[in-house]
Amino acid sequence: MKLTIAHLKRGQKGIIKDFSVDNVPLKLLEMGCLPGNEVELVQTAPFRDPMYLNINGSYLAIRKETALLIEIELI
Amino acid sequence: MGKQINVALIGNPNTGKTSVFNQLTGLNQQVGNYPGITVEKKEGICKLPRGLKAHILDLPGTYSLNASSLDENVVIELLLNKNDKDFPDVAIVISDVENLKRNLLLFTQIKDLEIPTILVINMADRMKRKGIELDIALLEERLNTKVALVSSRKGTGIEELKEIIINYRQISTEPCLHASVIDPEYFGRLRKAFPNQSLYKLWLVITQDVNFGNVNRHSLNSDPDFKTKSFSDLKRLQQKETILRYQFINGLLKEAMSIDLSSASDLRIKLDRITTHKVWGYLIFFGIMLLIFQAIYDWSTYPMDFIDITFASLSEWVKTALPAGPFTSLISEGIIPGLGGIVIFIPQIAFLFLFISILEESGYMSRVVFLMDRIMRRFGLSGKSVVPLVSGTACAIPAVMATRNIENWKERLITILVIPFTTCAARLPVYLIIIALVIPDKTYYGLNLQGLTLMLLYLIGFGTAIFSAWLLNQVLKIKSKSYFVIEMPNYKLPLFKNVAINVVEKTKSFVLGAGKIILAISIILWVLASYGPGDNFDNAEEIVSNQNENIAGQELEEEIASYKLKYSYIGITGRAIEPVFTPLGYDWKIGIAILSSFAAREVFVGTLATIYSVGSDEEETIKNRMAAETNPILGGPLFTFASGISLLLFYAFAMQCMSTLAIVKKETNTWKWPILQLVIMSLFAYLVALIAFQLLK
Repeated sequence: MKLTIAHLKRGQKGIIKDFSVDNVPLKLLEMGCLPGNEVELVQTAPFRDPMYLNINGSYLAIRKETALLIEIELI
Repeated sequence: MGKQINVALIGNPNTGKTSVFNQLTGLNQQVGNYPGITVEKKEGICKLPRGLKAHILDLPGTYSLNASSLDENVVIELLLNKNDKDFPDVAIVISDVENLKRNLLLFTQIKDLEIPTILVINMADRMKRKGIELDIALLEERLNTKVALVSSRKGTGIEELKEIIINYRQISTEPCLHASVIDPEYFGRLRKAFPNQSLYKLWLVITQDVNFGNVNRHSLNSDPDFKTKSFSDLKRLQQKETILRYQFINGLLKEAMSIDLSSASDLRIKLDRITTHKVWGYLIFFGIMLLIFQAIYDWSTYPMDFIDITFASLSEWVKTALPAGPFTSLISEGIIPGLGGIVIFIPQIAFLFLFISILEESGYMSRVVFLMDRIMRRFGLSGKSVVPLVSGTACAIPAVMATRNIENWKERLITILVIPFTTCAARLPVYLIIIALVIPDKTYYGLNLQGLTLMLLYLIGFGTAIFSAWLLNQVLKIKSKSYFVIEMPNYKLPLFKNVAINVVEKTKSFVLGAGKIILAISIILWVLASYGPGDNFDNAEEIVSNQNENIAGQELEEEIASYKLKYSYIGITGRAIEPVFTPLGYDWKIGIAILSSFAAREVFVGTLATIYSVGSDEEETIKNRMAAETNPILGGPLFTFASGISLLLFYAFAMQCMSTLAIVKKETNTWKWPILQLVIMSLFAYLVALIAFQLLK
C-alpha cells in the first residue's frame, strides 16, 4: 500500500516523496508542499477530513482527497 | 512639489499588509473598485520626508503570480501593464518573519519582472520571542534589494521604509533568479521570437490569461516563429519553476536565518488543540455565534431607538421651520422618513462588521473553515462558505464578494446562489415592524414570543439556504476540479486601528450604496403619491365633501387625503396590481411597498412611511398607522396574524435586492444565475406566503 499524508497519525511526521505533478494543484506547491519537505499532522477535523498540517513551518489545511495524492516516507 | 512616487503593496494574505498600509497612509485612504470588476481597490497618500509624497496602492493578497482568482488577477494585470496609471515605480513585498520562506516565493517572482522591489519583513517584534535571527546584509545582497525590518503592530521601522521608498531609484532591477533555467531551449526560442520583451513577462502571459501592452497570449500562440507547449507541459514547467524558486530560497535562508527552537513558545499549537477540537471546537464556535447575535440585538437597540426618535423629530422640525409647500412636504414626508429607514441600520451593521473583522484579524476564521468544511461539503458547499453565509446576515453584497477564495467553482456558485436566503440586515426593519404588529408581546418561560419569532425567521433563512444548497448540488451538473487548501495563520491580537478602519469603511459603503437607492425611490414615491391624473384627484375636496355631507373638520380632511391617495398615480398602479396580492392578504399599499422593495428590501418600511404620511398632518408612528389599516375585502384589521405571517415569509424568501443581483451578475459573469435567483426565489416566496395566509386566515 502506498503511504500518503492521509495515513499520518496525529503528531506523526513524514517526508514528502516525489509526486506526480499532474494531480497536485500548483497552489499547494506554492504554499510549501514540495518533495523532500517534512510534513507533520497537527490536527484533524471529524472523520479525519480536512487535515491540518505543518509542512516545513507552513501551517495549512487540505482535504483528505488531496492528502491521498501526496506520498510520504515515515520518519 | 515633485511627482508622486507610485508604490504598490504586494504580499501573501496574513502578512499584515493592510496594517503596513494603514501605518503608511493613516486615515489618508480611500476604497473603491477596479473598473468593471468588484475587487476592492484601496489606495492612499503617504507623506514622505523632504516634502515628497507617495501614492500607495494596497493590492489584494496573493500567494504567487500564478493567478487562481479574480483578486490575484488584479495584481498581475497591473504589474504587466506599464501603461496603467497605477503602474508602480517601486513595488513593496510585505512578508511575515515567521513565514519568510513562503513569502519570498512571491518576492522572487516580482523581482523577475524587473521592477524595483523592496522587501519588508513585518512582525519583527516577534523575532526575539520566536528565537529568529536574520542576516539582513546577506539578504539584501542575494536578493538584490533593500530590506526593511518593520513591526506594523508597534509602528517601528516605518520611517526607515519611507527613506527607502524615496531612494527607490537606487534599487537594482536585476532579477535575483532567472526562471529561464527551467527550460533553456524553450526560453531561448521565446527570446528569439520576441527580443524586446522581458522573458518572465512573456512566460506569465503564456501561462496566465492576462494581456499586457501589445502582446497577448493569442498573438504569442499564433506567432509563426514560435511554437508553444501543450497545457500539461506548461503546468509541469510552472511546477519546476516553483521548485527552483524554493531551492534558491531554502539555500539563502539556510545562511541568512537562524531559528533557536528552544526559545520558541508555540501558543498556536496549544490554542489549536482546543479551538479545532472535535467537541470543544464546535462548542466554542457556537458560543461565539451566540454572542454575536446577542450583541447585535441587545446592544444595538439603544442607538437604534435614538436614531428613530431623532429622525421623527427632525421631520417634525422641518415641517414647522420651513414654509408649507410641496418642497417642504417632499423633505419631511419623502426624504427624511426614507433616509431614517437606512440610518437606523448603522448600529447593527457596524456591530456585525466589527465581529467579522475581529474574527478574521485574529486568525480564528481559518479554524472555523477547518471545522466546518466536512459538514458543509455534504450540502455542496465548502468550509470557506461559512464566512460568506455569516456575512450574509449583514448584507449579501459583501458576502457574495467574500466567496472569491473558494477554489472550487461549483461550491462557489452554490454559495453565491444561496446567500440571499440568509437574513440580511435589510430584512430586519420589515421583520421588526410586522412582528410588533401581529405577535403578542408576551413572555413564556422567560422567552419573549416576539424575540422567538425573530430567531425562528433567522433559522428559516439559514435552513433554506442549506437545503437549497443541497438541492442545487444534486441538480447542477458542473464538473470542476476540486481542491481545497487554506492557510492556518498564527493567532494575533486584532489591531484596533485595522478593525476600526474596516468597520467604518464597510458601513460607509453600505449606507451610501443603499442610501442612494432609497433617496431616489422615496422621492419618486412621494411624487407619485402626491399627484394624480384626472378629475378624481384634482377635485377630491369637492367630491368627498359632497359624498359625506355630515362629516367635517379633521375627519373630512382625512377622508380627502385618503381619497386623493387612492386616485394618485401610485394609487392607480397599486389598485391595478392588487388582485395579485389579495390572495396573500395584502392591500394595494403593501403591494406598492413590495414592488418598491424589489430595489432593496429596506425600502418597505420607508415606502409605507411615505405613503401613509403623505397628506397626513398628524405625527403618528408608522406602526400605529399600520395597525389602523383595514382589509378592503375581508374587513377587519389589515395586519392580522395570517397576513402578518404571510408577509414575514414572503420577505424571508423573496429575492428583492437589485444590488445583489448586479453583484451576482458580476461575479458569475452571466445574467443566467441572477435571473434564476430572482424568478425562483420570488415564485417560491409567493407560493409560501399564499399557503400560509390561506391556512391561517
